[in-house]
Amino acid sequence: MAKPERSNQRRGLVAIDSAMALIVILLIVQIWLLSATLETYLAGHAGAVLPAAIFSGLIFSGCVALNFFVKRVDEDSRRQ
Amino acid sequence: MPLFRSRSKEPLWKEEFSVFTSDERYVTRRQFTKFLTLASLGMFVGNLWILAKSRFTKTPGFPTVEVADISEIPVRGVKLFTYPTAQDHCIMIRTSEEEYVAYSQKCTHLSCAVYYSAKNDCLECPCHQGFFSVKDGSVLQGPPPRPLPQITLERHGAKLLAVGVKGG
Repeated sequence: MAKPERSNQRRGLVAIDSAMALIVILLIVQIWLLSATLETYLAGHAGAVLPAAIFSGLIFSGCVALNFFVKRVDEDSRRQ
Repeated sequence: MPLFRSRSKEPLWKEEFSVFTSDERYVTRRQFTKFLTLASLGMFVGNLWILAKSRFTKTPGFPTVEVADISEIPVRGVKLFTYPTAQDHCIMIRTSEEEYVAYSQKCTHLSCAVYYSAKNDCLECPCHQGFFSVKDGSVLQGPPPRPLPQITLERHGAKLLAVGVKGG
């Protein structure tokens, strides 16, 4: 059974795809940050560890916010 | 629009298994987004773990070990020893009449043993052609990502003592 697709549903999908792409970019940055922090720490420089953890937390907050955004757009599209 | 919304009145199974094909696309995207967010949480926890390790790990106290007698090493000569434990192999080089340096012999790339090349005046790793400076153990060339850990030496009369490790 197929439900007729509406333009706002398509727009919702585009918004979700964009949010997903942004999360993927943030995740790549976070993976790089983790490996660079580990490398620096193992080299004996602990000074960069705290800023890296804060920045990683900010990235995670961004991902959570985008996750809520996806959920909200999804719910809005379903309601219509 | 508020960021947080009250939970849907529909049961989860109805949301996840929609009878409409167009809704299935939303389900897979939502699940994937959830997975990505969890992966992001994992990265954050990793960073926190490094932070906790750097804050709460005490620097180990290093023993004082006699490494060599000054007279036994000629200028540009080397002596191999172990420090701080019997498993940690090190190399000491007499760079001039009054200067001595010592480093861990383990290459920071893949842990091959480095040796002193008097011809090039540097420490070489034969496995992947990594080169380290004799002066401070920094990487001159090749794949090693970090400098060699340096052994702190102290001179007491005619004896050379290893008293600590810097870096590594």
